[in-house]
Amino acid sequence: MILNFLQSIGAYVLDAFASLGRASLFLMQVLMGIKDVLLRPRLLIRELYSVGVLSLLIIVFSAIFVGMVLSLLGYVTLVDFGAESSLGVLVSLSLIRELGPVLSALLFSGRAGSALTAEIGLMKATEQLASMEMMAVDPIRRIVTPRFLAGFISLPLLTIIFMALGIYAGYLVGSVWLGVDEGSYWSQMQNKVEFWHDVVNGIIKSVVFGFVVTWIAVYQGYNAMPTSEGVSRATTNSVVYSALAVLGLDFILTAIMFI
Amino acid sequence: MSDFFVTIRDLYFSRGDREIFSGVSLDIPEGKVTAIMGPSGTGKTTLLRLMGGQLRPDRGSVIVQGLEIPSLKRKALYQARRRMGMLFQSGALLTDLSVFENIAFPIREHYSFPESIIRDIVLLKLELVGLRGARDLMPSELSGGMARRVALARAIVLDPTLMMYDEPFTGLDPVTLGTIVSLIKELNCSLGMTSVVVSHDIHETFSIADHVCILSEGKLAAQGSPEELMNSESEFVQQFVQGKPDGPIPFHFPAEPLEQDILGKDMSGKSAL
Amino acid sequence: MGSSRKTEIFVGAFVLLALLAFFVLAMNISNLGSLGSDKGYTVNAQFDNVGGLQPRAKVTLSGVSVGRVTGISYDKETFRAVVTMTINGGVDYLPSDTQASIYTSGLLGEQYISLEPGAEDEVLAEGSAVTLTQSAVVLEEIIGKLLVSFTTKD
Repeated sequence: MILNFLQSIGAYVLDAFASLGRASLFLMQVLMGIKDVLLRPRLLIRELYSVGVLSLLIIVFSAIFVGMVLSLLGYVTLVDFGAESSLGVLVSLSLIRELGPVLSALLFSGRAGSALTAEIGLMKATEQLASMEMMAVDPIRRIVTPRFLAGFISLPLLTIIFMALGIYAGYLVGSVWLGVDEGSYWSQMQNKVEFWHDVVNGIIKSVVFGFVVTWIAVYQGYNAMPTSEGVSRATTNSVVYSALAVLGLDFILTAIMFI
Repeated sequence: MSDFFVTIRDLYFSRGDREIFSGVSLDIPEGKVTAIMGPSGTGKTTLLRLMGGQLRPDRGSVIVQGLEIPSLKRKALYQARRRMGMLFQSGALLTDLSVFENIAFPIREHYSFPESIIRDIVLLKLELVGLRGARDLMPSELSGGMARRVALARAIVLDPTLMMYDEPFTGLDPVTLGTIVSLIKELNCSLGMTSVVVSHDIHETFSIADHVCILSEGKLAAQGSPEELMNSESEFVQQFVQGKPDGPIPFHFPAEPLEQDILGKDMSGKSAL
Repeated sequence: MGSSRKTEIFVGAFVLLALLAFFVLAMNISNLGSLGSDKGYTVNAQFDNVGGLQPRAKVTLSGVSVGRVTGISYDKETFRAVVTMTINGGVDYLPSDTQASIYTSGLLGEQYISLEPGAEDEVLAEGSAVTLTQSAVVLEEIIGKLLVSFTTKD
C-alpha cells in the first residue's frame, strides 16, 4: 500500500521533470528562431495584432470594472476610519502591485493563450506543420517563434494599459461619484506610489507572466495529440496550467519584491 | 547503387513497443513511379516520413540522392528537403492563406524573387493542375479533390527531384480520382521527377506504377513490375492483389483462441473471482 | 496589401496606447514626476525614539514634502536611532540648526518627519547631521504621563 503510494508519487515527480525538460528544450528551439523573426518584422506584427490588439477589448473592459469595484469597496471600508483620502493609494497600489499583472495574465491566457494553443494544435492535427517541414520551412521558427514573441511583448503592454485605465476608473467612481476630494486622491497616490519600487516591479511581474503564459500556450499546442480531442484537451491544459503558474509565480515574486 | 534514387538498407523502426519495420531493404529507381503498397498499418506513411527525415530510424540507412538522411544535421536536412515534395493525404494547405499564397509560400520562404516572377511561377503551376481560376479562393472553400490538386501544385512549386505522394487516391470521386492519377503520371514524365506513391488502391496504383514494393509485417514482402506481381505465384501477393478476405494476411488481429478467451479461467478449474 | 496595412495601423495604435499609459503611470500616478531626476542630498539625524517611522516616509517643511526617509538604523555608540533622509536638491537653504521632529498625520495616520528651519547662516549639505531632534510621541508614554499627573494631583 505505502510502497504503491510512494511509487505513484515518484512516477508523478519523474514525469513532471521529464515534461519540464522537454518544454525547456522546446523553448530553446523557439528562442533560436528569434533572429529570423526580427529579420522579418511583418510576421511579428501580424501576430502582435492577433495576440495583442484582439485581447485589448477584454483588458479594457475588465480594467474599467475592476477599477470601479475596487474604488467602491475601498471607499466603503476607508470611510469608517475617516481615511477616504487614501482611496487613491489603495486603488493604485492594488492595481499596480497585484491586480493589474495577475488579472491581465489570467485574462490573456484565456483570450490569447488558448487561441494560440488551439491554432498551433489544429495546424499540427491537419498536417500543416508537417507539410511545412517538408517544404523545408522550420515550423518552430516560422509559426511558433513569432507567436511566442508576440505574446511575450503583448502582455506587459496590456498590463500597463490595465493599470492606468483601472486607476482612472477608480478615480471616476471615487471622486466624481462618491465625492472623495480629487486633490487628495491624486496627491496621496503620487506620494505613496514609488516608480521604481511599485510600477517597475509590477511591470517585471507581467514580463515574467507573459513569458510563462505564452511558453505554456505554444508548448501545449505544439505537443497536442493530432486529433480534435487532443487539441481541445491541450487548450484546456494551456489555460489551467497558465493560471496555476501565474498564481504560484505571483506569490514568489510578491514575496521577493514587496517584503 | 548509383542507378537508384533512394536506397533503404536494413531499416528498423519502432513506435513505443510496436515494431513497424524490422529489416526493410528496398531501392527506388530514378525517374520512375514507384508504388509502396501493403495492408493498412504496415507503416507505408512512416516510410515516407523516414525518407523526408521527419522521423529517425532506430537502425539502418536511408539514402536519398546520395545523402544519408538520418545522420544529416538540421541545416543540411532542410537543404535536402528543398528538393523533395510531399503530397499529404489531407492536402495540409495553410488555412489562413489563399490558394495563390499557399503555392507562393515555399518560394517566398526560400527566395526573395520579385512579385512578378512569383506570380508567373504560381500561375504556371496552377495551370498544370487546372485550377488557375481558383487562385483567390481560401482553402476552406475548396472541395477535397481541389484541395489535393492545390497541394500538388504547392508540392512541385520548387521543382523537386523526388516527389512523394501519401495516399493520393483515398476519398476522391471517380472523376477527380482520374485527374489525380493522370496528373501524377504526367508530372513524372514531363518534369523528370522520381515519384513514390504510397497507396493501397491496387487498380489505380498498378495503372501508373513502373515498380511496386509490397510491405507486410515490417518486411518487404514482394517487389517487381505490376505485371510480375499480377502473375506472381506467391499466395500472399495473390491475396493482396485480388483482395481476398482471408489468406496469409489474417483477418483476425492476433489473439488467443476464442474458446479460451470466452470460457477463460473456468477451463483451468479456478474461479474468475 | 490592404489588410496588412490595417493590421500595422492597429498594432501601431496599440503600442502607442501602451506607451501613453506608461507615461501616465510614471508621471501622474507614481512619484517619478515629483521627485524627478534630481538626486538630492543625504543628511542624518539621531533620535531617542523613532516610534513607528518607516523608510520612505516623507520629510516635510511647513507641511510641504521636500524629501524622504531612506534608512533607519541604530547607533551602538550613542544608543540612539539614526534616521537617514534624502532632501530634494532644490531645497539647499536649510540652516544647520534646523530641528527635525517626528509627527503623526492624523490620529492613526503614518508618521513623518517635519523640519523647522533655524537661524544659522551655514546650511545643511550632503552628509550633515541634524542635531536638534524631537522624538516620536509614543501613545503609551503619554498615557503613562497623564496617569502620573492625575495621581500626583490627588
